Amino acid sequence: MKKISKMPTKEKETFKRPDGRKLAEIRKMYAKVGIIPNADGSAIFAFGDTVAIAAVYGPRQLHPQHMQDPATGILRVNYDLLSFSVYERKKPGPNRRSQEISKVTEWALSPVLDLKEFPNTVIDVQVYILQADAGTRTAGINAASLALAHAGIPMRSLVCSVSVGKLDKNLVVDLNKEEEDYEEGEGATDFPVAKIANTEKYTLLQLDGKIQPETVKKVLDLADKACDEIYEVQKKALKEVVEQ
Amino acid sequence: MKNHINEAYEATDTLNDESSAKKRKIVVPGEIIATGEDYLPSEGARREKENVLANRFGLAEESGRVVKVIAITGAFIPRKNNVIIGRVTQVTFNGWIIDIDSAYQAFLPIDESPRFISKSEMNQFLDIGDVIVAKIWSINARGIDLSLKGKGLGKLEKGFVFRIIPNRVPRVIGREGSMITLIKEKAGCNITVGQNGWIWVSGPSSDEEIKARKIIEFIADKVHVSGLTELVEEWFEKNK
Repeated sequence: MKKISKMPTKEKETFKRPDGRKLAEIRKMYAKVGIIPNADGSAIFAFGDTVAIAAVYGPRQLHPQHMQDPATGILRVNYDLLSFSVYERKKPGPNRRSQEISKVTEWALSPVLDLKEFPNTVIDVQVYILQADAGTRTAGINAASLALAHAGIPMRSLVCSVSVGKLDKNLVVDLNKEEEDYEEGEGATDFPVAKIANTEKYTLLQLDGKIQPETVKKVLDLADKACDEIYEVQKKALKEVVEQ
Repeated sequence: MKNHINEAYEATDTLNDESSAKKRKIVVPGEIIATGEDYLPSEGARREKENVLANRFGLAEESGRVVKVIAITGAFIPRKNNVIIGRVTQVTFNGWIIDIDSAYQAFLPIDESPRFISKSEMNQFLDIGDVIVAKIWSINARGIDLSLKGKGLGKLEKGFVFRIIPNRVPRVIGREGSMITLIKEKAGCNITVGQNGWIWVSGPSSDEEIKARKIIEFIADKVHVSGLTELVEEWFEKNK
């Protein structure tokens, strides 16, 4: 009897991800700071084959003038896929998708920034995806957070971001493109999360697909653990830039 | 000409290693620097319950009870009395608008020029594209005001200007100007270092000028190395 009741859980444990990763395993991460000499701060962040670079310029004068805020500086993010980052060439220039991701990246990062010292100015963050294999917005947020820190901008903490997914009934961390297109059973769900490191504060929660309300708590638990790992990678990258 | 940069190091911070009797470590935003009620968070740090946390990326320094974080990268943040190098971008009816490589434009009023200049001959004194050494005289909501009244301030002729990361300026200058004096002596050039990271070099020939530029960029690359003076002397030995 006991054996039979254990069966389903065991089946769940042995669920094979297409690339052989464990359920809560993040793809191999790579982070480096200070890759763009002309920017005030810059960073590269990769989740496996997803590679994002970010450059920070400023604080600098904001044009058009009507956007200036005399009470505080503002953050302006521009996210884009480079034309060679995907299999089918992406037409360069902003589109609906990139504008949306620029905006959510901005919202994910601005809660940690304190720009009151720089009224009427803007901090420009350029996020470009060199190679896309799903999870580009999360890699972009991680890179942008590193680049902002590298630019010496006052911020309360780093922002870590990861996407949690559901393949059929299995929760997995950090989907790749193949998993994102998973179609068996309930199909694939993509749940990108960004949080302020070492806190319980989330700055980005998106959902693409279907998920049961009671599962969301589990998703956040998985994201928390993954973000701790990402935070360590980010911290290491920042400290390495000084030790030569 | 000898004490060209006198004012430049007045307001410098303490990034030079000679004074590193204090404890230093690299911190990232949100990292705990010290735990205990005794510590006082200063610039770049904040208190959260019993911990003192970093508010930005940089070198955390504990001097006694005071904890602060010194920025090591990023854009130039103007402060009063900084000596900077800038470029004239516009001539207006009562002064010049100067680009000082910061978020805000700077203004040099005609009254702050070293001698009397009539409004009709303003662009003979300073024209668009001219490079000047000036002092930040005041910072207010409308912008930054500059002055050319003072020792070592004025228009720069001959030579060239290049840029380093502004936060590395204190290292290039050294304690009480020791490093820059050494470079001037060894390279045989006149050098002016602006707090905004712009550096003007002028020497007898371009060979010396390039040499001075190379050594300054070498220093600006090293953030966290102690015994920099020896390294610089070694460098000059190698690149005679």
